[in-house]
Amino acid sequence: MIITKQKDKKTILDYLKGDKKIFIAGCGECATVCKTGGEEEVLSMKNFLGKYGKIVTGTTVVDVPCHLVKAKKMYQQHKKQIQESDSILAMVCGDGVQTIMDGTKGKKVHPALETLFLGEVQPNGRFVQKCSLCSDCVLDETGSLCPITLCPKGLLNGPCGGAKDGKCEVDKDMDCVWIQIYERLKKLGQLSKMKKIQPTRDNSKRLSPRRLETK
Amino acid sequence: MSLAEKLKSDKFIVTCEIGPPKGINVDKILKEADSFKERVDAVNVTDLQSSVMRLGSLVMCYLLRTWGHEPILQLTTRDRNRLALQSDILSAAVLGIENILALTGDHPLRGDHPEAKPVYDLDSVQLLEVIKLLNSGVDMAGNKLDGKPKILPGAAVNPGIDPIEPEIIKMEKKVKSGAKFFQTQAVFDIDKFTLFLKKVKHIDVPILASVILLKSPAMAHYMNDNVAGVNVPNTLIKDIESVDKKDRVKKAVEIASGLINGLKTLCRGVHIMPIGWESKVPLLLDAAGL
Repeated sequence: MIITKQKDKKTILDYLKGDKKIFIAGCGECATVCKTGGEEEVLSMKNFLGKYGKIVTGTTVVDVPCHLVKAKKMYQQHKKQIQESDSILAMVCGDGVQTIMDGTKGKKVHPALETLFLGEVQPNGRFVQKCSLCSDCVLDETGSLCPITLCPKGLLNGPCGGAKDGKCEVDKDMDCVWIQIYERLKKLGQLSKMKKIQPTRDNSKRLSPRRLETK
Repeated sequence: MSLAEKLKSDKFIVTCEIGPPKGINVDKILKEADSFKERVDAVNVTDLQSSVMRLGSLVMCYLLRTWGHEPILQLTTRDRNRLALQSDILSAAVLGIENILALTGDHPLRGDHPEAKPVYDLDSVQLLEVIKLLNSGVDMAGNKLDGKPKILPGAAVNPGIDPIEPEIIKMEKKVKSGAKFFQTQAVFDIDKFTLFLKKVKHIDVPILASVILLKSPAMAHYMNDNVAGVNVPNTLIKDIESVDKKDRVKKAVEIASGLINGLKTLCRGVHIMPIGWESKVPLLLDAAGL
């Protein structure tokens, strides 16, 4: 899940300065789960903008706004409203903002959300980053716990020696993932994996922008 | 005799650590280092210790070298990618610096520039591998070097950390990757350190145990609360509290020299961390009979 949080309202109003008519687009997937761009949040944003003198020409929650075909379909369905608007306020992740721009023939799109990380959705509105999308997965070596993400130093060959009482030197509320990896590999009878010297990583695999051609 | 040769001998090794200044005035630290010249076997220079921006380790090591010291360049992977690290190792070799302590380095969030981008392109084990490669005459990309360095690589180990097993696994990896000596996190409890040594007796690489000059009870409490693997026993803290402030230096020297004497028969040497009390090092060496 792509985890997002709403930008503060003042920033959003700053973005919209000079724009009178606004179309609002939300996201039926991740931002709905994060409660940052679902039906409820889009409606609430519509009311908020109305109070500040904006004319909301229309709203929609795109089922998958990061899917170019879906974004184009959304444009066809709301063409008139979008065309008469000065801009689109996109309550979607950073990927979705750009896909909506592409799908609406280059319409001016403002981001309403801050895109935070790829994470696990936990109960009580808690989200935790678990994967850094590094293009070079090491999880099989580390008992299914990602040191690239869960160790602030991204170490591959064991703990840095800075953990105090099992907690990370960077964040005392966070367990040292390398101690967890050790405990887990021990339990799985796979400590030999931790004893193996992990080679340096090939950072060229993470060169932005990444692309994947499957056909 | 170089540190590499001394480590091969039976000599009890003494190293001491200095931190470069925040600024460009190096006279004081050079004078202080001079006060223990020829009484210690090598001088470590920290690499932006605690992620606090200051004068670089490489330049300070070079100055020490020209003043007749044997420097140990502390090199962390925090601030440099593999291009810069390899280049700095070659630079060190050209400047006559033969010893490098390969470290990961404290996270920038802990220092005075918390907004800095951490690098960590390599970790300490991989940095040792890189030193091994450069010593063999090739770089990480497999390119042949025009003249190869001859660096003595060292590594760090934290004997007080709990659980100790992951630390020992990493220590074993550091040995495989070429570490020729270890310097430890501060030791305050000889019995606990003895237990650690038993657990690593299969590791045939010299271990230098670190000893800190304990300036005050506040410093001891701070370390207990914040420094991994450090546990200053209450009896020691009470011991410092029991003396007047004016006698604190004497007490710190007494405690540290007591620890050094206890360590003399246990491991290959000691590493003194004066942490601002560099000027007291000669007193400590006197008291410890070094």
